[in-house]
Amino acid sequence: MSEPLSSIFISTLLANNLVLAMFLGLCPFLGVSARLNTALPMGAASTFVMLVASLCAFGLNWLVTTFNLEFLRLISYIVIIASAVQLVEMVLKKYSPVLFRALGIYLPLITTNCAVLGVALFQTARDYDFLQSVTFAVAGGAGFTLALLLMAGLRERLNLAIVPNVVQGTALSLMLAGLLSLAFMGFAGLGAGE
Amino acid sequence: MIPGQKQLSNLEELLEGIWKQNPVFVMVLGMCPVLAVSVSAVNALSMGLATLFVLLGSTLLVSLLRNVVPREVRIATYILIIATFVTVVDYLIQAISLAVYDALGAFIQLIVVNCVILGRAEAHASKNPPGRALLNALGMGVGFAIGLFAIGAVREILGAGKLFGFALFGPDFQPWVIMVLPPGGFFVLGAWLLLFNWLNSRKAAPVKPVEGHAHV
Amino acid sequence: MNAASVPPSQPSTPSAAMIRTLGLVATVCGILIVTAYEGTLEAVAANKKLALERAVFKVIPGASSVKEFVVGPTGVQPAGNGVPEGAVKLYAAYDQAGSLKGLAAEGAAKGYSDTVRVLYAYDPEKQAITGIGVVSMRETPGIGDKIYTDAAFLKNFEALDVTLSADLKSLANAVKVVKHGGKQNPWEIDAIAGATVTCKAVGKGINESAQKLLPLLLPHLDKLKAGEPARPTPHPAASPPLSKRGQGGFDSGSASSQRLNPPQPPFEKGGSRASHAEGAAS
Repeated sequence: MSEPLSSIFISTLLANNLVLAMFLGLCPFLGVSARLNTALPMGAASTFVMLVASLCAFGLNWLVTTFNLEFLRLISYIVIIASAVQLVEMVLKKYSPVLFRALGIYLPLITTNCAVLGVALFQTARDYDFLQSVTFAVAGGAGFTLALLLMAGLRERLNLAIVPNVVQGTALSLMLAGLLSLAFMGFAGLGAGE
Repeated sequence: MIPGQKQLSNLEELLEGIWKQNPVFVMVLGMCPVLAVSVSAVNALSMGLATLFVLLGSTLLVSLLRNVVPREVRIATYILIIATFVTVVDYLIQAISLAVYDALGAFIQLIVVNCVILGRAEAHASKNPPGRALLNALGMGVGFAIGLFAIGAVREILGAGKLFGFALFGPDFQPWVIMVLPPGGFFVLGAWLLLFNWLNSRKAAPVKPVEGHAHV
Repeated sequence: MNAASVPPSQPSTPSAAMIRTLGLVATVCGILIVTAYEGTLEAVAANKKLALERAVFKVIPGASSVKEFVVGPTGVQPAGNGVPEGAVKLYAAYDQAGSLKGLAAEGAAKGYSDTVRVLYAYDPEKQAITGIGVVSMRETPGIGDKIYTDAAFLKNFEALDVTLSADLKSLANAVKVVKHGGKQNPWEIDAIAGATVTCKAVGKGINESAQKLLPLLLPHLDKLKAGEPARPTPHPAASPPLSKRGQGGFDSGSASSQRLNPPQPPFEKGGSRASHAEGAAS
């Protein structure tokens, strides 16, 4: 079955948001989403890495299936993602110091972001072709950024609110995330059929 | 954990991960697989066991190799080792039960990026002999599995009115469907954290008035 | 990845040592993975076969073995590795005697929250779909999952008409999902009120798959019927192709004229008849 690109985009961005519906990339989601101004660069950096990882994974998957080495898929994915992140870091450092300073600190964190590996694994599991994979990666990254931004905005407001001591911290963030996730469920069905 | 800490007894080492540093409830680490597959007790438990297996295997290997691996490439080595054990567990689960494999889906492979495992390898296994490292990993793994199970059980009981597939309530029970949907995962974990916070705050400061959040 | 980290480190381990270590670790890992892979290969294959049989037997009661085929423009072949471009995977179910019991294929379409994949049974004799089972879906529990619990909905698939048109290029009437209570023709599916999107996905998935599969399949139907020598249980008294007389009219291209499917009433299928014949089949 070939899903139209628009449907993949909308569903990955909203209804099947990586963070709020698939629980991918929760560590940075809970860790970095305290402030709006760090959320955007983090999201942008992740999106970029996701795209790179998705491209690499697509090539690798072809290689691995052609030579019947499926059992090496996972290990090659993770190695290539880690290398890609390093490479991106080095290239940025050399050619665009400004961008490097903006994204630099987040890049190493991204290696262990489940959303990146998740994108690579899901596109394989769903048999996406090249264009679909790229769309999926971009939409996934955009969805991640969107969730991060919303959460950061909410948490900045919450800092001004008075909450009981026990509720403060991660518990509160999780409850918030739950509410956001509930809201995003309303998008289900958007990409469905005609 | 913190270098230079005084030696813990074996039992303490084991209990460390199960209670004091529980990866789910105290450190809130490795949440991605926790929430995604915890819709039922069986799934949660399978995931917990798979993680435990990977944790034990990689800890053993990392600890054995701790004096051989140069500092510069340690992270790469750890990731390689972890990915190996995840691949192994992936095939084992397929061999044991396809139903479980289908239910967990890609999340088995996502164990690779579970921060708990890399964290243990870096912070503990690389500095301790195999015996101690394994003990610590066992504690952490069991603690993680218990945490997962606690979330999965609550979600299954409330969301489907069942536990391990057996109906608990009469036919009149109206399942809280939201609990088996994504938001339910956030809510249940949040509620458990609240409970832990509340217990801790009661222990720490019995004088301070505490709001009674009788959750769960 | 390691080469990158050489320059900044102060005491700097020689590269050779790093490469040696990484090589050692990689070797150990490789051995572990290959051992696990080889060790579980058989069990995994057996499990997959079992799961497939269970799923197919559920939609085709009475079958006792399943064979996988790939149907493409070039004809029907036993399934090998992967499905070539333009081809469709097909499961043929045979009974104990080795005669064709029914065919099953998968259809998939986007549902409410994710792709809904169903397995449908096709009865070549009736030219109808005679049962469905859900392969995977992530629809809302309590709403979307009615597609496999709602008896009235499952009744749609007791004899869903998928007769081919006169030119044998497509279905005479596309499978269509209609609003609850609006079913008038045998090729329509009566949706469940409140779960229309999911039902539509089921209908769309079946329609797309059948439109593609059936025209490719019909010219080669004989091969599936006859060419199966009942391998699992070698019958000495074989089952020569002539045991299936009466179906012959089918291949002669007059498919469109025979809409002779009175709603065969008791075609049991939804039930959990997951026959315990697994042992016999492997």
